[in-house]
Amino acid sequence: MNCIVCIKQVPDTAEVRINPETNTLIREGIPSIINPYDLHAIEAALQVREKIGGKVTVITMGPPQAEEALREAISMGADEVRLISDRAFAGSDTWATSYTLSKAIEKLGCDIIFCGKQAIDGDTAQVGPEIAEFLDIPHIAYVKKIDDIGSSFIRVQRLMDDGYDVVESRVPVLLTVVKEINTPRLPSLKGKMAAKKAVITRMDSQAIGAEASNLGLKGSPTQVKNIFAPQTKKEKKVLEGNLEQQIDAMIEELRRMKCA
Amino acid sequence: MRIVIRTEKCTGCGECVSSCPFTSIEIRDGKAYINEYCNFCRTCLNVCPEGAIVEIEDEQTGEIGDLSSYKGVWVFAEQREGKIATVTLELLGEGRKLAGELKTQLSAVLLGAGETQARELIAWGADRVYHAAGSELDHFNDEPYSQLLIRLVREYKPEIILAGATAIGRSFVPRVAGKLKTGLTADCTALEIDKDSGNLLQIRPAFGGNIMATILCPNYRPQIATVRPRVMKKAVYDPDRSGEIVSVVCNGVSSRTKVLEIIQETSECMINLQDAEIIVSGGRGVGGPKGFEMVRELAGLLGGTVGASRAAVDEGWIPYRHQVGQTGKTVCPKIYIACGISGAVQHLVGMQSSDIIIAINKNPEAPIFNVATYGIVGDVNEVLPLMIRKLKEAKA
Repeated sequence: MNCIVCIKQVPDTAEVRINPETNTLIREGIPSIINPYDLHAIEAALQVREKIGGKVTVITMGPPQAEEALREAISMGADEVRLISDRAFAGSDTWATSYTLSKAIEKLGCDIIFCGKQAIDGDTAQVGPEIAEFLDIPHIAYVKKIDDIGSSFIRVQRLMDDGYDVVESRVPVLLTVVKEINTPRLPSLKGKMAAKKAVITRMDSQAIGAEASNLGLKGSPTQVKNIFAPQTKKEKKVLEGNLEQQIDAMIEELRRMKCA
Repeated sequence: MRIVIRTEKCTGCGECVSSCPFTSIEIRDGKAYINEYCNFCRTCLNVCPEGAIVEIEDEQTGEIGDLSSYKGVWVFAEQREGKIATVTLELLGEGRKLAGELKTQLSAVLLGAGETQARELIAWGADRVYHAAGSELDHFNDEPYSQLLIRLVREYKPEIILAGATAIGRSFVPRVAGKLKTGLTADCTALEIDKDSGNLLQIRPAFGGNIMATILCPNYRPQIATVRPRVMKKAVYDPDRSGEIVSVVCNGVSSRTKVLEIIQETSECMINLQDAEIIVSGGRGVGGPKGFEMVRELAGLLGGTVGASRAAVDEGWIPYRHQVGQTGKTVCPKIYIACGISGAVQHLVGMQSSDIIIAINKNPEAPIFNVATYGIVGDVNEVLPLMIRKLKEAKA
C-alpha cells in the first residue's frame, strides 16, 4: 500500500498575538512546528505500512524552510519526502493549494492519502476534501479509527457531531484524521541520523505539471481583505466580601436568573 | 496584484518581519524578502517605516465570467436522521438578512428527509426549497451530497451559499467549491454585504482565534461560506408563510464510500453541549477525574451540562466530546461556569459569547477573568464544595 501524507509547517498559534492598536502581529520568536494533526496523519500511514507493507511518502507545500518539517517526518520513519515549492505558489488559498497538492500527488501516485483534519493556523479543514475532488477519488473526513484495511478497501470510524459513523471506502481514498486516531511516535535515533543525511527533493510547478493560471494568487478565488484583533466586550460585575460571601452573592444571582 | 520590496529603500529593520501573519517575510542579505507563504493580506504595507513595501497591480488575470447571472442566497439545510439541524435555522436567519440587503430570494437545499421538513424550512423563512428525496440521502454521504449540490448550482446559479461549519458541512462543501472553481471560506462568525460591490464579506477567526480575517471572493460565483454553529441568530418561525418546493430528481448520483453503521453517542450528559442553557466546565485547575466529579455534581444541581477545556481533555479526565473551544465545540449558553480554566484564547473563542460567564480560578491574572461577568478568585477545590453544599441546602 503506497501512502502519501500531506503535512504543513505552521507557526505555533498558541503564541501568536495581535497588537490591537496597530493591527499587526506580535510574532517575535514564534517557533515553526509540524501542524499537530499532521503528526497523527504520519503515524497513521506508518501503522498502515507496518500492518500490510508498502511505502510512506510525506509531502509539504511551502517555502524552502519547510524542509525542516520534512526532515522531522523522515526521523519518524517516512520512506520518502518531497518539497512542493515554487514562487508561483505564493498567495494560494485553499482552492489553489488543493489543486497544487493534487497535481503533485498525481505525479507521485498512491493508494491512500492521509491529511490532518485541519491546520492550526488557518483552521479551514478544506484542503483534504478538495484534494480528493481534484483527484476524483472519495474521501472520509475526521477519521478517529481504522477498523480494517485490505488491498482494495478500508473501513474506518468517522467522527460526527453527535457520535460516529462506520464508513467503508474503496481504495484509492483520502482520509483526514483527528487526534483520537493514535499517538504519534517520537523520532528514533536511526531516524534522526537518516533525517540529517537526507537530500530533500524539490518539485516546482513544472515538475508537477500544473497550469500556471491555477496557481498562487492568480488561481485563488478568495482574497484576504484585512485582518484585525478579536474583540472582547463584556459587562463586568464585582462580587464583594470573603470567599463565602462571594459564593452567596453568586448563588443569589443564579437564583435571580431562575437557575438555582 | 503583487507585493514587492523596493530593496533600494529597505533598511532591513525587520518591522515587516514581525508584522506578517503568514511568516512570509524574512531578512536575506540585510534586506526584506517575501517568500511563498505570502497571502497578500497587505498588513506589511502600512508597517514599513521607509515605504519600501509596495503593491503592484498586475494585468487582469483569468477570465471573469458573467457574475450578474448568479442570483439569490442559498442555505444548505442540514438534517440528521430526518430532523432539521439547529444550525440550519441559524443559517436561514442570516440568509434572510443577506437576501434582504441584496433584494433577492432565499432558498434552501434539502437532501434527504421528507416533505414535512421541506415545509418546515419555508416556515423558517425559505422562499423556495430544492428538495431531493431518496433513502440514499437520508444519511450523510459526501459524494451524493456534493454531486447534487454541484448539479443544482450549475442549473440555478445562486450568488451565495451558506452551510453549517459542522462535521457534514466542512466535509462535503470543499468538494463542491473544488469542482466549481470558486471560493470557500471556512467557519465564518460574521457575514456582511459590501455596500459598494455587493460582495459577501466573510469574517472568520484564524491562528486559533488570535486574529480575525475578512475574506472576499470577488471574481467567482457562488461565494460559499461555512458558518460556525451557535453564532448567528435563528430565523423567525411563521407557519403561515408560503413558499415553493422544487423537487429535484436524484438519479445518476453515485458513491464509492458506504456508511455501514451510525452510532449515536450518549454520554452522561444527555443534553448536547451546543443546546445547553447552562454549562459547567472544568480545566486543568480541577486537578483530576475526582475534581471532575464536583464539576458534574454542580452541573447536575443547576440542570446543566458538563464542558471541559482542552487541557482537561488532553489529560484524559473527560472525553473529547465535552471539549469547548477552537478545536472543540462553540457554545453559547445562558450561563457558563469556568472552573479552573485559565482561558487560553483557543478556549475563549468557543465560549465568550455566552450570556453570563462565571470564572473560578486561583490566579487573579488568568485571562478567563477578562471575559467573565463574575469572577471568583479562589481554589476550585475550595469553591466548588462550598457552592455545592449551599445549593443543596437551598434545595432542601
